[in-house]
Amino acid sequence: MSHRADKGGEGVNAPEALLSVQGLQKHFPVTKGLLKRQIGAVRAVDGVSFDVRQGETLGLVGESGCGKSTTGRLVTRLMEPTAGKIFFEGHDITHMSQSKIRPLRRDIQMIFQDPYSSLNPRHTVGAIVGAPFRIQGVQTEQGTKKAVQEILELVGLNPEHYNRYPHEFSGGQRQRIGIARTLALKPKMIIADEPVSALDVSIQAQVVNLLEDLQNELGLTYVIVAHDLSVIRHISDRVAVMYLGKIVELADRKSLYDSPMHPYTNALLSAVPIPDPARRKDRERIRLQGDVPSPLNPPPACRFHTRCWKAQVICKTEEPPLAELAPGHQVACHFPENVEQATAPAAAKVAQNVEEALHPKKPVV
Amino acid sequence: MTAPLDVSGQALEAQPEAVLEGAGGKAIEGRSLGQIAWMRLKRDKAAFVGFYVVLFLTLVAVFAERPFGGLIALFGDSPNVPNNDLVDPMTSAPIGAWGGISLEHPLGLEPVNGRDLFARILSGAQISLLVAFLATLLSVVIGSLMGVLAGYFGGWVDTIISRLMDVFLAFPLLLFAIAIVGAVPDEALGLKGNALRVAVIVFIIGFFNWPYIARIVRGQTLSLREREFVDAARSLGAGNRYIIFREVFPNLAAPILVYSTLLIPTNILFEAALSFLGVGVAEPQASWGGMLTRAVDYYQIAPHFMLVPGLAIFITVMAFNLLGDGLRDALDPRAR
Repeated sequence: MSHRADKGGEGVNAPEALLSVQGLQKHFPVTKGLLKRQIGAVRAVDGVSFDVRQGETLGLVGESGCGKSTTGRLVTRLMEPTAGKIFFEGHDITHMSQSKIRPLRRDIQMIFQDPYSSLNPRHTVGAIVGAPFRIQGVQTEQGTKKAVQEILELVGLNPEHYNRYPHEFSGGQRQRIGIARTLALKPKMIIADEPVSALDVSIQAQVVNLLEDLQNELGLTYVIVAHDLSVIRHISDRVAVMYLGKIVELADRKSLYDSPMHPYTNALLSAVPIPDPARRKDRERIRLQGDVPSPLNPPPACRFHTRCWKAQVICKTEEPPLAELAPGHQVACHFPENVEQATAPAAAKVAQNVEEALHPKKPVV
Repeated sequence: MTAPLDVSGQALEAQPEAVLEGAGGKAIEGRSLGQIAWMRLKRDKAAFVGFYVVLFLTLVAVFAERPFGGLIALFGDSPNVPNNDLVDPMTSAPIGAWGGISLEHPLGLEPVNGRDLFARILSGAQISLLVAFLATLLSVVIGSLMGVLAGYFGGWVDTIISRLMDVFLAFPLLLFAIAIVGAVPDEALGLKGNALRVAVIVFIIGFFNWPYIARIVRGQTLSLREREFVDAARSLGAGNRYIIFREVFPNLAAPILVYSTLLIPTNILFEAALSFLGVGVAEPQASWGGMLTRAVDYYQIAPHFMLVPGLAIFITVMAFNLLGDGLRDALDPRAR
């Protein structure tokens, strides 16, 4: 994939950012009693910032409940953010009214997780894939039916299936119908919320490859939310790792998988199964102790300190900033790993960054 | 289906799945859930009998008086004309065996004035089914609208509508109906006589039965609202009205249809009860409940007079219930 190679080492704040998310927060209030008194809030997303550049694929990974799906739904404005800003092509869409955002919705589309619930069982495939035209009032040259059939062909479905109903299709075919629907209006960006996690492993590969082919063909930009590290590795250009509503590490794919800096990322990667029993012994499996703390009452400072084997006093008192410790590799940790592996010219910068990031009296690890 | 699974990912070169194409290359027509439910209904014998009886009764009611005198004219007698010569003046029972059943009067005659029961049953069927259908329609329209609004919007809308339902359910409907029918003047709203009576009965039955259907619709909407296709429509820019009417409502069709079919017999019984209590349509217009009231006085000398309208009510209610149960089985999503 050539389009990946030439993007590897770019800075995070490249000018051509299609989507820019700054300090995004979503708190779900927890109420009690007759008067709906607020007694707390689930901090599902708590200060997330990232940029997505034109034509790239950003993967959002993390375990269940870390806020990755919520982030996707905030960006598509299916939910109202509590705080922070979302910019799409320079427009501030954070609190844009539904009527104002309607034309912009053509450019941001969403693929849903469950192909059994994302297609209305009472509509034909033609009606489902044609719905975007109807809702947006788009006229096509040769009529909606022709346009829909072309899209069906594009995603590898038989255009003759126009009059069929979703229940007549398999899970993989249904997900293709869902993808066809998102493609109808030729969007610029697609948010995919766990696009393959509900599918068979054999079908997952087909759908992931379909997404890649469509990206090459149509110049799409993806934000892919997933918990499967192998899928993310296969499809992403850059990867953001989330833990308890925050991004702990954001790097391009190669450097994240080859030299993960955050202990949590290390733990996640060590949990990826190796299909070769001989090689399996070579790797040390990091087992995290305990459960993910409740997002109702997240730990102070570094949120990972309750489960981190490297945690020191500073981790409980001072929140590590998301700092760029290597080119294009941001990490929020006081004691990152793999920093010495960074290349020579970057080493000085890294040292400086680490110095800034750490408590002044602490020695650099 | 013979195409082997292509694990290399090459299947994505936009190959249409030609395997599924019909033998003659003709376009594939999908079977909608409605068609599948219809096929399932046809397999259910009891429900299908119910369906045909309901269809038959509806046609009978529709064609009872028109065109050209309708089905009533088949045997040449009209529902409101007395045949005093066919009634024994001493006992006031109809002359002849089995309540005067003959070729001219296939269901016999009414005691005292000798009106033709066949004609009166048909005429009464019109009233019974008209009231039941219209009242059900009114309940369904109000109920599904209220239910879908409560379920979809939730929050204070739901609270208000739900409490309103509680109020309506707590209403002593029968007492209220008796009171209101008695209070309605002879002429109002441009209607008079039996037309006004029918309108009032339809209003009372329909307007007070909507909470039952609203509860069912609200529950269904609550679960549909969380389905991802609603989010999908919203992410395409659809407004609430589009989502409610285009995405949610088609999924409510099955429960609404089933409940309507089960509500119709209840309403037939309710109309009969009102007529029996003397607050239904007025004489000489025939109604099944009204005929039963009169039959009470003559059950010893003319038992058939009670049997005929009683059986008519029984068969109709039974048929609708069988059809409703069958529809529920055929449309049940869990059996899909």
